[in-house]
Amino acid sequence: MRRYFGRKLLIYGLTFFAAVTINWMIPRFMPGDPVQSMLSRANVAQPAAVEAMRAHYTAMFGFDLPLWQQYLNFWGSLLKGDLGISIWLFPTPVSDVIIRAVPYTLGLLIPSILLSWFAGNRFGAFAARRKWLDNSVLPVGYVLTATPYMWLAILLAWALGIVAGVFPVAGAYGFDLQPSLSWDFLGSLAQHWFLPFASLFLVAFGGWAIGMRNMIIYELEADYVNYLRALGAPMRLVRRYAFRNAILPQVTGLALQLGVLVAGALVTEIVFSYPGLGHLILQAIQNQDFFLLQGTFLFIVIGVLIANFVIDIAYVLVDPRTRTGMGGAA
Amino acid sequence: MALNVTDLRVYYRTLRGEVKALDGVTFSVADGEIMGLAGESGSGKSTLAKSLIRLDGRMRHVGGTVELDGKTMPLADDTGMDRFRFREVSLIPQYSMSALNPTRKIGKMVGELLDSRGERLERAELERRLELVGLSKDVLDRYPIELSGGMKQRVVMVISTLLNPSLLIADEVTSALDVSSQKAVATTLLGFRDRGLVTSMMVVTHDISLVYQIADTIMVMYAGRLAEKAPAEVLVTAPRHPYTKQLISALPEVGVRYEDRRLTGIPGNPPSLLKPPGGCRFRDRCPLAFDQCAEQPPFAEVAPGHFVACWKAE
Repeated sequence: MRRYFGRKLLIYGLTFFAAVTINWMIPRFMPGDPVQSMLSRANVAQPAAVEAMRAHYTAMFGFDLPLWQQYLNFWGSLLKGDLGISIWLFPTPVSDVIIRAVPYTLGLLIPSILLSWFAGNRFGAFAARRKWLDNSVLPVGYVLTATPYMWLAILLAWALGIVAGVFPVAGAYGFDLQPSLSWDFLGSLAQHWFLPFASLFLVAFGGWAIGMRNMIIYELEADYVNYLRALGAPMRLVRRYAFRNAILPQVTGLALQLGVLVAGALVTEIVFSYPGLGHLILQAIQNQDFFLLQGTFLFIVIGVLIANFVIDIAYVLVDPRTRTGMGGAA
Repeated sequence: MALNVTDLRVYYRTLRGEVKALDGVTFSVADGEIMGLAGESGSGKSTLAKSLIRLDGRMRHVGGTVELDGKTMPLADDTGMDRFRFREVSLIPQYSMSALNPTRKIGKMVGELLDSRGERLERAELERRLELVGLSKDVLDRYPIELSGGMKQRVVMVISTLLNPSLLIADEVTSALDVSSQKAVATTLLGFRDRGLVTSMMVVTHDISLVYQIADTIMVMYAGRLAEKAPAEVLVTAPRHPYTKQLISALPEVGVRYEDRRLTGIPGNPPSLLKPPGGCRFRDRCPLAFDQCAEQPPFAEVAPGHFVACWKAE
């Protein structure tokens, strides 16, 4: 057990290191110069002042140092919890910007991932081997899962937001409101939340339902099912066993899909101008905000790694075979 | 009479038509009888074994009746058969190694299975039965993956016989085992009958020499029909059907050196069961075939307990 988790942690550590390094590299290889864009925003006419400002900003962000030193400094301040200062929202620290955005992203991601997973698995298992339902679920599921997140998001925004006018299509709450704990605000929050949530939920739901349907059909053909049926065990028991065994690959699938779902959420946020991390990434790229981009990516990497680790633990709990494979007790 | 099968016909549905895997089979198994069911692959022996407990999705019960202890079994009615399964007729499947749910502890699975059938799990009895096949009660707290293949097979044997069925069908149970385990399994099966845990037994195999050691009678099938049924000793030493004769003569004998005299097989192949030829189905491969063989020979009793389907069997 100890060795199993030790090995897992080592792998996660290496992944983290590689991911953070790539995160550091990406903004620096992007075309454009962040200091230049800050200067043009400042709109100063005197060349001497511009030069002074350029020297000041370049020194402040550490762009005058050689790359390898920038890289080491980056790790150094990262370990101290310092993500740098945002260029776009200068001089707000990146961590503050991210912390303001995170609740919106998590509020979208966690319910849509978990609900689509639970509902999709339940529904797929229920549909498997029920002819009429199966024949209708399968095509719908395939269409849903093949739909790009943003396309469905745009479709929903157009149909329910613009044509039907039931839901708002931009922002996290009404433009006339300030965040507070009033019913007005919470209601508006929920209204704005619904469409981005629905587009994420539907696409993922289709995928899970199809996967589960196939897994259940596979399990119902398994030898242990034939044996139970030959001994007259009722379908209720057989389906319970099949569900439990079919859920295992779906747990793995969840771990693999997390990254895709996060990416989907980012794009969806952009479609709905939802003020989460996806929105931040877009702004960071447009403003050449190296530090914000780095910080946001870092946050996503940490999130996906933690979620994967949780799933690893869950897998050990639900599948006895991984437990015996851990070496030690037989 | 424990089991009476009358003119049983079970076909497989395929895209190219119906495969007549079991085409009019009539026989009976007495109380306490262990019947070996032999035949080459495709002879219909596994189809017969499956038909008696659960038809799979492609099988269709076309005709004939099966009576167990005087009650007619509704073969085609999957839910109606549930009453008989496990209690009256039980199965040790060919796939014992994978017959247990991999994610349930064995004890828990047995409990849930019995529970779902409205039976109570008597732990002491279960442990006694495990002991009978040489397993400790610890296996109940294990997952199937923690047992060896032979142990899994013995666990399945215990589970299948837990409700003292009237008829136990053992389908190719020794096929995947090494010779010493084969012997142990055969002895265990014999023990089940001798202790009265099961009344009668049908042991499906393609290994006549193994079934000969435990069976009271042996029935030989060929191309979906019965060829011969006789007491084990008689069938092996004095077979009357030309197919059985050739089958027995193809077995190696202990003490005989085959350097000079090569073992002979049976030339030719069994006919396709999609459109089987009329008359005796062994006709094309039979050295004794003559005109009358174009007519199907009856499965007739030529001596007490000795049935043969051949015009030339005297």
